[in-house]
Amino acid sequence: MDQFVQLILAGLATGAIYALAAIGFTLVWQTSQTINFAQGEFVMLPAILVLAAVKFLHAPLPVAVLMAVGGFLLLFGFGFKQYIVNPMARHGILPLAIATMALSILMKESAKDGFSAEAQQFPSLVPEGAIQLFGATLSLRDIAIFVVAVVAIVGLQLFVTRTKTGRMMQATAQNPTVARILGISTEKMILLTFLINAGLAILASFLISPVYLAKFSNGEVIGTAAFIAAIVGGFNQVRGALAGGFIVGLVDNLAAAYVSSAYRAAVPLVLLVLVILFKPEGLLGSKEERTV
Amino acid sequence: MKMSKRTALLGGVTLTLGLGLGAAMAQETVKVVGVIEMSGAGATAGTNYKNGAQMAVDEINAKGGILGKKIDFVVYDTQTNPGNTRAAVQRGVDEGAFAIFGPVFSGPISASMQIAQKAGVPQIVGGEAAGLTKQGVTTIFRTSLNQADAMPKLAEYFKNDVKANSVAVVWVNNDFGKGGRDAIIPELQKRGIKIAADIATESAQADFAADAIKVKSSNADAVFVYLNEEESARFLRAIKQQGYDKPIVGETTLLGAKVIELAGDAAEGAKGHVGLSVDAPNPLFAEFGKKFQAKFNYKSDHNGIKGYSGMYMLKHVAEKTGKLDKEAWLKYAHGAIIRTKDEPGILIDSKFDANGDVDRESFLAEVKKGQQVITGTLPPVNKF
Repeated sequence: MDQFVQLILAGLATGAIYALAAIGFTLVWQTSQTINFAQGEFVMLPAILVLAAVKFLHAPLPVAVLMAVGGFLLLFGFGFKQYIVNPMARHGILPLAIATMALSILMKESAKDGFSAEAQQFPSLVPEGAIQLFGATLSLRDIAIFVVAVVAIVGLQLFVTRTKTGRMMQATAQNPTVARILGISTEKMILLTFLINAGLAILASFLISPVYLAKFSNGEVIGTAAFIAAIVGGFNQVRGALAGGFIVGLVDNLAAAYVSSAYRAAVPLVLLVLVILFKPEGLLGSKEERTV
Repeated sequence: MKMSKRTALLGGVTLTLGLGLGAAMAQETVKVVGVIEMSGAGATAGTNYKNGAQMAVDEINAKGGILGKKIDFVVYDTQTNPGNTRAAVQRGVDEGAFAIFGPVFSGPISASMQIAQKAGVPQIVGGEAAGLTKQGVTTIFRTSLNQADAMPKLAEYFKNDVKANSVAVVWVNNDFGKGGRDAIIPELQKRGIKIAADIATESAQADFAADAIKVKSSNADAVFVYLNEEESARFLRAIKQQGYDKPIVGETTLLGAKVIELAGDAAEGAKGHVGLSVDAPNPLFAEFGKKFQAKFNYKSDHNGIKGYSGMYMLKHVAEKTGKLDKEAWLKYAHGAIIRTKDEPGILIDSKFDANGDVDRESFLAEVKKGQQVITGTLPPVNKF
């Protein structure tokens, strides 16, 4: 029983990271109706940028963090929207999706060649160690990751549903033409969405890199898991991405413990297939109709 | 397109000179092709192996090379991919390499060694999997101990030093890990030690929380960790998070400098057997360690030593045969005993047997205050 409780907590912590990344898929989908195949690399890169600033610019860690956050928001929040999404979206969804695939490769190879092909230690922003609770040993880091990620996601949800700006973002995502008629600056709202996506990726990166170690290839694991999470939960709903993240995290950990590590990657895929077959809009997603 | 006579003549002369110069260059150098994991799951091991080899090449070339010819060391990145490794070994053979240097991971070695064997090109590798030297390949030479030789030493350590009655075994599901798992379990059982858990993990696995929880739940007296470098560090961090306080024992990789650096405090107290270490009580290792640190600005792990001593082994054998002849090299290398008094670059007295396995002293070590501390020296399996 103790083992089960520990696995559940570890699964929720991993799932919280997947959820942060999965929400990124949802946000980009809502604003540009496309899939950002570089989402995993969005989570990989901020930690690498911090370490690069320390290594090459000899910046103290807090300064390096600020530089990485600023640089990432500029390049992959503003820059991503302005120089990839905007020009490519005019040519349809497919060219944009392909552009994000190219971006993914570019980010990964740049991190490898420009920084290092080897894994690097990344300082933990949350406490390390373990506590005993009802006979089970619980990892403080897992608890902290879970709490930080959930606070961020709930905060985002409150922002989107309870503030004027958040509602304008929603209106823009649901019907940009009507939103424009109502006087909403849709351009600004879309930019804000991309900045939030970049911010969530930074948070996920800083939480997961001490566990996975910072490495150029981390995006493959996280991107795949988050993509599955987004589909399982519902691609067009933030709450769906949240639920999907937790489900995939739990399934992943339980499969590793009770099935085998070799099949752990396959079990979430089985779940994905089942969801596509029986509830294609995702567990918490809503059906979408498109004008063709 | 029209070409004037003058242009054609100039082109012809340039081509002739170029080809002539190339041929002359080829004759003045000894080509050694590095087929090494510079990226992918084996990047840490491969980078150390390559840097160690490069350091040896620079030293050897500065002293005039091998038999008066400088080493032309070219490295191809295998990306830790067996298919790429095969292609790179074939490329090295086609380019007329005198020797293939690498790879380090046992799986890619296993997938590519027949190519070097077919061409009769010596291949100096970093792999430890027991099966590599049991397949009748006559061109392969190890720079690290065979698992079949290392594991009995480790099983003795579990029995006499750790005093464990039960052990959880965590291994990576590749040629290296499976070979280690298959070698250690019978050795432990032979000594009356129970296997409390037998946990397979995947190469390049990122999340070890579930595996760490399983180890803890097994209630074993100790855990044996047999993973590659980055995975070892991730596992140590994961098990530390579970408040694990029993002995964590490994074989060479777990106690390597890179693992200690990546795992940080989580590596503290890890112990086990190491084949090679810059911290070993051996002045040549210490001198190598200092030079490596000065050149690359980080501490070499055992793979750095493997790359360095392997290149010197190549040089020593070639010089002993007195000619750059692959067949003569292979003949001499099988059964060669290389002592540091004759070739200091080998760093430790070593014997290469008819299968290409190497035998030499090895060490017991523990991580204390972020450093690998050698706690004992073990003799070679067979005295020489």
